[in-house]
Amino acid sequence: MHWSLIFYAGVITFVTRFSMIFLLKKDILNDRAKKILSFVPAAIFPAIIFPPIFLDSAGSLDLESNPQIYAAIFAIIVGYFSRSIIATIFAGLILYWMLIFLFNF
Amino acid sequence: MNNKLKTVAKGIIDVSPLMIPVVPFGIIYGVIGMDLGIGPYMTLGLSIIIFGGASQIVLLQLFSGGASSLVILSSVAAVNARHILYGAVLSEHLSSLKLSWKIILSYVMTDQAFAVSNNYFKKNNKDKNYYYHLLGSGFTCWTIWQISTILGIVLGSVVPEELGLSFTISLTFLALLISDFRKFKNIIVMLTSGIVATIGYNTIPFKAYIIVAAISALIVAVLLTLIDLKKK
Repeated sequence: MHWSLIFYAGVITFVTRFSMIFLLKKDILNDRAKKILSFVPAAIFPAIIFPPIFLDSAGSLDLESNPQIYAAIFAIIVGYFSRSIIATIFAGLILYWMLIFLFNF
Repeated sequence: MNNKLKTVAKGIIDVSPLMIPVVPFGIIYGVIGMDLGIGPYMTLGLSIIIFGGASQIVLLQLFSGGASSLVILSSVAAVNARHILYGAVLSEHLSSLKLSWKIILSYVMTDQAFAVSNNYFKKNNKDKNYYYHLLGSGFTCWTIWQISTILGIVLGSVVPEELGLSFTISLTFLALLISDFRKFKNIIVMLTSGIVATIGYNTIPFKAYIIVAAISALIVAVLLTLIDLKKK
């Protein structure tokens, strides 16, 4: 690998982060655009969450005896009622470990 | 403690729980770099110059598979495209800052820092040093990422694979969405994103499934807000 490849990859990464902060001026976006942008976390994070939970290492759908699905559902329930980020993460992780270590899922 | 430091500290505290999976992820990245034989300096160099876990791992995967530079850089761009949307969201709060601040805060804008600092910006519009929150959250991510990269380089795989810590990555992003669980429209948007990404994971080239899923979900969001307008 050449350092130039790393440098270009770094520039591309930086430009994606910097471009809109640099280009968009304050109040250029109307209320409707702001409303739609408020959906950005909801539009991106599930795309990061879903594939590793529902797909196995070979990339095919794994819905049977998949402990991650049960742990994720439990985390959602805990998150819904507690509204706590830490409680949500630990609830999911603890159920996941119980399922794989105690119940050999 | 002055107000700026207080806001930095708030950023550090808010992002800390999200750092749980970053440590094993950084260690895994360090191990992959060493396994591929690019050496300790380049492995750490990627973490400092690119500073984006997913981009770094995609770059290494494609490089080891013998992909051309064009394919590698296109894939890095596709993986990073979501940051353009983060920037658009944050521009409302950051567009009036000095250029040097924009550059520094852009460099440390990770998924986790974006999520917690965007929430802080929305709730604390009276704090005139609000942007120090992103400084705190962003540099926490940066520091943890560099330390865990070094741990991976020096110690190798010290985290047992059986613990399934990669699942914690999914859990932390899920935890960042807890305020969306109560809104019906957001649930539809989240399901669209997740389903498109799962279907597209194997079929969309250049690892572009995240941005394709995000744009599909935002189109659904536009349609949902249109329905709202008609009702009024």
